[in-house]
Amino acid sequence: MTAEIRDIAIFTTVAAIAATALMLVPGVAVAWLLARRTFRGKSLVETLVSLPLVMPPVATGLLLLWLFSRRGPIGALLARMGIEVVFTPAAVVIAMAVMGLPLLVRTARAGFEQVTRRYEQIAETLGAGPWRVFSTVTLPLAARNILAGAVLGFSRALGEFGATIVVAGSIPGRTRTLAVGIYTFSESGQDQKAAVLLAISIVIAFAAVLASNWLAREA
Amino acid sequence: MAAFDFDFTLEQGEFTLAFKVHVDARALALFGPSGSGKTSALEAVAGLRTPRHGRIAVNGRVLVDTDVHVNVPVRHRHTGYVPQDILLFPHLNVRDNVAYGRRAGNRPDLDVLVDLLEIGPLMNRRVASLSGGERQRVAMARALYSGPDVLLLDEPLAAVDLPRRRRIVDALLGIRDQLGVPLIYVTHLPEEALTVADWAVLIDSGRILAEGPPKQTFESFESFGMFERRQSERPARSERLERSERS
Repeated sequence: MTAEIRDIAIFTTVAAIAATALMLVPGVAVAWLLARRTFRGKSLVETLVSLPLVMPPVATGLLLLWLFSRRGPIGALLARMGIEVVFTPAAVVIAMAVMGLPLLVRTARAGFEQVTRRYEQIAETLGAGPWRVFSTVTLPLAARNILAGAVLGFSRALGEFGATIVVAGSIPGRTRTLAVGIYTFSESGQDQKAAVLLAISIVIAFAAVLASNWLAREA
Repeated sequence: MAAFDFDFTLEQGEFTLAFKVHVDARALALFGPSGSGKTSALEAVAGLRTPRHGRIAVNGRVLVDTDVHVNVPVRHRHTGYVPQDILLFPHLNVRDNVAYGRRAGNRPDLDVLVDLLEIGPLMNRRVASLSGGERQRVAMARALYSGPDVLLLDEPLAAVDLPRRRRIVDALLGIRDQLGVPLIYVTHLPEEALTVADWAVLIDSGRILAEGPPKQTFESFESFGMFERRQSERPARSERLERSERS
């Protein structure tokens, strides 16, 4: 395996892990809010969170490109702080996180909904405040689903293509991921490189599925 | 001995529960047929249901007073609650369940609790492996270890098979007398009211039909015809009834 191929595999895995870490806290928070609270604009939040699941990934990428470009609402803010996102590794991570988030939120939400409220009430009668109830009762009882959601989100991130190529491109040694690499190499007739990346994708996918099955048993 | 000072109304499905009891007692039994509003009354004291109107106070500590907009949050009520479905935390072992409540105050010594409720050998067990009676005792320990001013129990004998009920009754007596924690418990078994409670309240369809010392109230329970209604459901009852009548 050449250094180029190895770097693509490592970069993709690290970016997918970073994306999972990035989506975890907001994803779990939104899942809990959707499962446990009624508030104005709840259906809007529900729709926004699910949007990347239904929209063509390329369209999501275009939306991200607009948001994070120097004249976009978020990009302008970041540019003032000297931070550039578009066509950087950060853009890869953001694209992966946005595409993986709906899967995490949906699975974690189902997990929170399965936790009987009565357990939380009992914890309250024992003197636990809201944070303690959440961290010692709700979260552990929903942990299996949250973990499953994180694995799903990670897997989605690993294979992300459409949004990534629009917002991060396919810059060798910088933003080129497995999926993007397979496309770029096969388009430019470098079939052998594409085949190696394909094999690596299969190995990583296998490992992810095995890991998630193992986690589901242990949790 | 605790001063129970209850006077509240609560929406309860088809009817409104009107609950008015003012009594000094060590153990208060709420009994009546299922769906009568007993559990709702208990949950109102615990704070899990909010009365539409009225006042709830235990030993002079006001938990609810709608006139002055007092509604003490559940976690500050100091009411230990053991629901009928017990609800031990499934992800914690027995020891961690018992130790969950860690409120400073008049909480009993852990060793005393473990002895009284005979849960020593259970401490490292997973809750899924416990029998009904064991669960009940662990749940009582958990509630008591949080240092409650009053212990609320919903059908404490319901999940326990007959031969093991004596053990739970003894535990209730120990909590009442050794620990001095006042009890309020819900039951549909008149003999429980007789053995543990010193005041009984008979409820049906959201109304208090009678209250007083358990024995007299139990007789009125019979005269209301509720006992016959339940007898057909539980054939083992008749002999126990005879026993309690003889005693």
